[in-house]
Amino acid sequence: MIKRRKNSWQLYVLLLPAVIYLLLFAYLPLGGIVIAFQDYNPIQGIFESPLVGVAKFKMFFDSFYAWNIIKNTLLISFFALLVNTPIPIIFALILNEVRSPKFKKFIQTVSYAPFFISVVVMVGLINTFLNFDSGVVNQIFELIGLDKTDWLGNENYFRSIYIFSGIWQSMGWWSIIYLGTLVNVDPALHEAAVIDGATRLQRIRYINLPALIPVATVLFILAMGQMMNVGFEKIYLMQNPSNLEVSEVISTYTYRVSFLTSRDFSFGTAVGLLNSVINLLLLISANFISNKVNNQGLW
Amino acid sequence: MKYYDSNDKTFNFIINLILIIIGLTIVLPLLYVLANSLSSIDEVFYGNVWLIPKSWTLDSYRYILENDNILIGYRNTILYTIIGTSISLIMTLTSAYALSRRDLKHRKFISFFFILTMFISGGMIPTYLVVDALGMIDTPWGFIIPGSLSVWNVLVVKTYYETTIPWELQESAMIDGCSDFKLFLNIVIPLSAPIIAVMTLFYAVGYWNSYFNSLIYLNDSNLFPLQRVISDLLVSEDITGFGSGSYSEQGMMLKSLQFTSIIISSLPMLLLYPMLQKYFTKGIMMGSLKG
Repeated sequence: MIKRRKNSWQLYVLLLPAVIYLLLFAYLPLGGIVIAFQDYNPIQGIFESPLVGVAKFKMFFDSFYAWNIIKNTLLISFFALLVNTPIPIIFALILNEVRSPKFKKFIQTVSYAPFFISVVVMVGLINTFLNFDSGVVNQIFELIGLDKTDWLGNENYFRSIYIFSGIWQSMGWWSIIYLGTLVNVDPALHEAAVIDGATRLQRIRYINLPALIPVATVLFILAMGQMMNVGFEKIYLMQNPSNLEVSEVISTYTYRVSFLTSRDFSFGTAVGLLNSVINLLLLISANFISNKVNNQGLW
Repeated sequence: MKYYDSNDKTFNFIINLILIIIGLTIVLPLLYVLANSLSSIDEVFYGNVWLIPKSWTLDSYRYILENDNILIGYRNTILYTIIGTSISLIMTLTSAYALSRRDLKHRKFISFFFILTMFISGGMIPTYLVVDALGMIDTPWGFIIPGSLSVWNVLVVKTYYETTIPWELQESAMIDGCSDFKLFLNIVIPLSAPIIAVMTLFYAVGYWNSYFNSLIYLNDSNLFPLQRVISDLLVSEDITGFGSGSYSEQGMMLKSLQFTSIIISSLPMLLLYPMLQKYFTKGIMMGSLKG
């Protein structure tokens, strides 16, 4: 072990670019949170703008939409989490049973493809495929004798479209981590199980599935910490006047009040702060519960 | 070892059937878009195209590529992707190396300084105010710099260094008087090709597909990346500036233009990722290894 070296300053130089970046773009904005408690205006700036305490938070909770927006945010995240957690696991378990390496690799390559499509293109696909008049989905519906459906104009479909297009896009990608874990399962376990007469389904259920639980738990806790950060880009791009009632979430609302309608930066920051605090609380409680139930957590 | 019992054939059949159906739900929509982009505007408008192009033509590609905004967007995206990926890679590879060194003083504290940023953030507006104060609004840097470092990626690369580059190798190099810079450049980087490849892909895809920064930090349409330009076509369905025909002709073009813009903006990344696919497992498993 080397105790003392004269040029260890070089390690700090290597750290410097990233540290400067984080100071500027991660830590400095934390200080900017004070404007949530001010009536910020660009002329007086962050140091001179008058303090107003929690007035901006009160303004949000007094507003007509507040609870609706919070409800929308939680509902979308909750359903997304409910679907996004098991499906990549199931997909990986099935893929792991494929005997032909070529077929397996082909399905993997195909299933990763949608992950490399941008959010803008994803929403473009949704809009063109589900268009009432010209969309291919309604075209197929008519061919098989079903009624055309107004997918985009009916707010009831919004959440399902959001979640299922998300699954289409990322199922393959998130299965990578589970497939990688399955590869490391001790083959001796399977051999012993076969000798004991276990069927393939039983081996999946009692050997492969339990092997995935630790990774799934970590990913689930991390996802809980991101509950309130529902994909801003995708929801913003999917919004239209007929679905706003269910599609307005905290982040899109923050953007709207800060940049489109009022340019009230203090209000936007207050709402954003609320978002971050709920996230942190969800992360901490998910970790707490996981420690109690599973004896496993992030910390 | 006898793996095959009487149920095995049925089981394999069901497994393969499920996967083929899943595969088709992914491939068919993409083929549908491709076929439409290669068909004549009339056939697309009347919904006659399924999976094979009808009246093969590159007309809609011509309309798309004759549009100045698309060309500027393409150029901007290529520049942003190259410059941004380089910056991101440098920050990630260097800091991950320092963090991977077990003899780094205050390593615990510095790691905490990095990891904390994954869980707390100032939010949209305070970040905007910083970007504004740095004079980055309406400059290429406003698109490139915010979000250019992913701490998750730093942790992945750090774990890669720790698990694949033997510490004894680094120690003996140090005893021979090798400085940290030389160690990093001449020993660590040459041994890290797989992780550099996968990080390059992750960051490049991130920049290529990014929309958020252009929405928040850019107002000047000459700086818009391709994604921002095509969002007008795909989301706002605004086709002004395409073709030279009358309004009704332009209305007929909308679907064709949408399909074609999807192809031209997605194709580069869809062609790139299969080449690096063998590194994916490493690239996303490494971070969770220690988690």
